Amino acid sequence: MSPRLLPYILILPVTLFLSVFFLYPFVLVSQQAFTTGAGFTLENFDEIVSYWKFPITIRNTLLLAAAVVPIQLALALLMATMVNRMQKGRDLVLYIWTIPLGISDLAAGLTWLAIFEQSGFLNTMMGGLGIVEKPVNLLTFQNPGIVFLAIALAEIWRATAIMLVILVAGIGLIPKEYYEAAEVFGASPWKRFLRITLPLLRPSLQTALVLRVILAFEIFAVVQALGGTLFPVLMGETYAYQFDLLNSGAASAMALIILVISIGFTLIILRALRVPKGAQI
Amino acid sequence: MTDAATIDAGADTRRTGRYLYVASVVLLCAWVIVPIYFLLINTLSSPETVNSFPKPFLPEFDLASLTFFANFAGMLTALKNSIIVAALTMIMSIAVGAPAGYALSRFDFRGKELFRLLILLTRAFPLPLLALPLAVMFIRTGLDDTAFGLALVHTTLAIPFAVLITYSLFSGIPLELEEAAWTLGCTRFTAFTKVVLPLILPGITASAIFAFVISWNEVFAAAVLTIENRTLTAFLLQNLDTSPLHLKFAGGFILVVPALIFIFAVRKYLFAMWGIANR
Repeated sequence: MSPRLLPYILILPVTLFLSVFFLYPFVLVSQQAFTTGAGFTLENFDEIVSYWKFPITIRNTLLLAAAVVPIQLALALLMATMVNRMQKGRDLVLYIWTIPLGISDLAAGLTWLAIFEQSGFLNTMMGGLGIVEKPVNLLTFQNPGIVFLAIALAEIWRATAIMLVILVAGIGLIPKEYYEAAEVFGASPWKRFLRITLPLLRPSLQTALVLRVILAFEIFAVVQALGGTLFPVLMGETYAYQFDLLNSGAASAMALIILVISIGFTLIILRALRVPKGAQI
Repeated sequence: MTDAATIDAGADTRRTGRYLYVASVVLLCAWVIVPIYFLLINTLSSPETVNSFPKPFLPEFDLASLTFFANFAGMLTALKNSIIVAALTMIMSIAVGAPAGYALSRFDFRGKELFRLLILLTRAFPLPLLALPLAVMFIRTGLDDTAFGLALVHTTLAIPFAVLITYSLFSGIPLELEEAAWTLGCTRFTAFTKVVLPLILPGITASAIFAFVISWNEVFAAAVLTIENRTLTAFLLQNLDTSPLHLKFAGGFILVVPALIFIFAVRKYLFAMWGIANR
């Protein structure tokens, strides 16, 4: 076997696999979205966009992402810097903080349901403190704020870990000498964070944000478990089109809208946080 | 006098800072653990307690909820399906992904950067959505509603991670070891199986476990692609409206348990992977 060909043979399985199960379905979904049976049409898009729920769905998804992602970023940065200077118990703390990484969105939704449902732990605590006399039903359409809060908390609880892992790995790559030099010149910890950690962390921030923002638009099972139909989001509506309404054309159109929004935001993040050539570590 | 006072004040603020630091670490740990603990209480309580008010803050170690879960029609089959799909995903993502990881770490070839970018980009797509068109394709090929069909989609989700983790693992093994084996009469292949493979096996296991967790947790594609052979996540999702609370919580807890074990098993490799991915 010629050694020049070997690497190509080794990457062939992945390339074939991704072509069949990533690129090809991508073409298919676009095809399905733009056809209803006879030729090219925008009917599917017309149908979903004119549906009364659509603006609410878009608003909910974006609002949730806008509320959740910045908090997660701040929390992950805080946790990463805390872990970085930890001498004792670093492994244990990191393990505990990364546990949610392995927890599915459905399980996270159910976990927070145990807290927010009518006979749940939040009501028990409020009852114990005398704030409420009898358990109140929190997750109803009369309390859209609490439904939103429950979903946002569950998301922050579950998905901060992925950002934390990426940022901890990124901070590990920053040479210690930079910090030592800054300390010699009398830079405060806050200054060191702003002037060394943040700029040098840019590639990791990029990855973390792209991944997180895309996952935020994919939010589905957390919402199903906590809000059900009270809080429609894009992915949930896609599921409803496919299963409850058996309209796979509309579902594909919906999927394409999510894809376009995701790609749009990915490009914005990549552009905003790009690392100039030659400034890499 | 004044000197001593300022030193004292300095030590004081440092001590306060230290307490504040420890307190926030503890608080953040509690933030992660307490919700899981609440779920545990619900799982280990009788169905009556789960549906009653107020809630106890200690589990009563009653297995009635779990027994109910195990006896619920279709639940154990769903659990079995979940395990089968996740195991298939694990095997396929390593079989397909590891060679590419090896190629990336050992060779300089044209299109290498492009290939790496493509792998990273796959993760920048809401992949579960692609289950929608695949549903049609699977019906045509007879793969619909099978564990294998779903495992193929989950493998697509897991492959970017498998490639990146194995890439970083292979990069950690010096090429000189392989070269030494070649001079001692090994072929490229036997050098790989006799020298590299034993060294890399724990890491490969970690990456396989990671693939398992990805598949185990996936909800959307599983719900779209299976009808009769539901996985646990799909089954729970489908029955969210109708199932009683104790069933939901027991199911949720069963979903969480493997996560706790698996993250513990792969904790060392979590960071290696992202370190190399951003270079």
